[in-house]
Amino acid sequence: MAGEQRKSGRLAYGLVLPTWLTLGIFFLLPLTILFVISFGQRATYGGLKPIEDLGLYLSSGKFLANYARSLHPIYLQIFWRSLWMAVVTTGLCLVISYPVAYYIAVAAPARRRNLLLGLVVVPFWTSFLIRTYAWMFILRTEGLINHVLLSTGLTSRPLELLYNNFSVLLGLVYGELPFMILPLYASLEKLDLSLLEASADLGAPRRATFWRVTMPMTMPGVVAGIILVFVPSLGQFIVSDLLGGAKTILAGNLIQNQFAVARNKPFGSAVAFELTAAVLALLFLYALYTKRKGQDVLL
Amino acid sequence: MKRGWVLAAHAWLVYIFLYAPIGILVVFSFNRGRQTAVWEGGTLEWYRSLAANDLIQGAVRNSLIVGIVSTVAATIIGTLVALALGRYEFRGTGFTRNLLYLPMIIPEIVLGAALVTFFGVAAMRLSLWTVVIAHIVFSISYVAIVVRARLSGFDRSLEEAALDLGARPLQTFWRVTLPLIAPGIVAGALLAFTISIDDYVITSFVAGVGATTLPLQIYSMLKIGVTPEVNAVSTLLLGVTVVLIVIAQRLQQAPGQRGEAS
Repeated sequence: MAGEQRKSGRLAYGLVLPTWLTLGIFFLLPLTILFVISFGQRATYGGLKPIEDLGLYLSSGKFLANYARSLHPIYLQIFWRSLWMAVVTTGLCLVISYPVAYYIAVAAPARRRNLLLGLVVVPFWTSFLIRTYAWMFILRTEGLINHVLLSTGLTSRPLELLYNNFSVLLGLVYGELPFMILPLYASLEKLDLSLLEASADLGAPRRATFWRVTMPMTMPGVVAGIILVFVPSLGQFIVSDLLGGAKTILAGNLIQNQFAVARNKPFGSAVAFELTAAVLALLFLYALYTKRKGQDVLL
Repeated sequence: MKRGWVLAAHAWLVYIFLYAPIGILVVFSFNRGRQTAVWEGGTLEWYRSLAANDLIQGAVRNSLIVGIVSTVAATIIGTLVALALGRYEFRGTGFTRNLLYLPMIIPEIVLGAALVTFFGVAAMRLSLWTVVIAHIVFSISYVAIVVRARLSGFDRSLEEAALDLGARPLQTFWRVTLPLIAPGIVAGALLAFTISIDDYVITSFVAGVGATTLPLQIYSMLKIGVTPEVNAVSTLLLGVTVVLIVIAQRLQQAPGQRGEAS
């Protein structure tokens, strides 16, 4: 018996080894290198400047130069914009999605449930790039909305609908909405409806039932949805690049710019790590929350 | 229940919000006019001009190579790790789980930046193969999750029965376990392929010269200007992914658990 146990244990390592190797070499190692480089300095022609005296470099605090630079008001403004846009996006998605998820899980006729759910799953997986481009097509100066407005005479000049905070927020909410509806649905579907009936029978007004029974019971879905929407919004690149202008640069665009245009990899790496640290801190809190709730895990 | 219709109306408005932009794009890919916001009658001209466009053809070929190679690799690796997590107790379970969660959690832009830096340090020239590697990295987790869900969805006693009846472990795997989890494996593979042919952000960091994939091609086209061709190629990409997702979705719904979200 003991022998068989050990054999199966060894087999397990054979099964996980490809994952460990692939993600070890092409995921953990690259992240480590990025982290190390974030403490370096850019050479004149891009690339890394060699460090002559490591002791001096460390003791002079020069290794933190990139992180210090990221605290400059220009960059703080970008981080602040990324943060508030992610917060507003998450809030809007939650408010819009909850009634939809409730409708699919509870109120809609049972025979339509699968179709309604499928209609959310499809945009969940389809190209974010093309879904964002669709708004570019609609909102731009020669776009559909301006064409309708001009031809009906509602406006005499085309409106500037693109390249502002509004268009970026619209694109973010549009892109992330399915990522909020699905986890909300998952927890609403598990909701025991007899509890709502009990609450109503005992004389609780609808509002009280919602806030004191439904909402607390579906909190795991709410929290999961917040994480699923907030995290990608914070690191967003495509939406702000296509629907935003120079005034709506987000942290993701800043990182991309440092790698592709400014060729300052050390600074780009430092910003990338600040973003990663923010995301990981959030997920750590989420892990604590799910542990407390004893929620089921995916893997 | 008199407020029921408000709920339904809200839901349908949200569905319209989700689908109208995509629908408009699809409709206008058949528009005769070059001035893209005015409907001037239907045509397949833009699809014909796509078929004659070498850049698009090359991009489609690259996307297919990357999609197929990375999907096959990620499906094998992801299925193996799902089996390990679903069937064995071993030291490092927690580490392996976290290792699989991380690529899905880390912002894409950070993963792209890390990989391009790594390829630079490792003196690996950016090419189509660096794109393949990047796509394998972010696909493994999705396959692992889908296969893992399938594994916990079926009765373990089936495997035990096979073993009790004298089947060897490997025989049990091929004749019992594998057929049972096959729909999960196919669904995982379809999702991996979908994510691969859709990816822009990470690919844009690690693609070498001549390794332009379809999303990269679309991006560079629409940065230059919105043309009917962009609508047509977007419609094609959307069509392919929608079909793959619908199939994957069907496969994931085992008879007893219809209506389960992915």
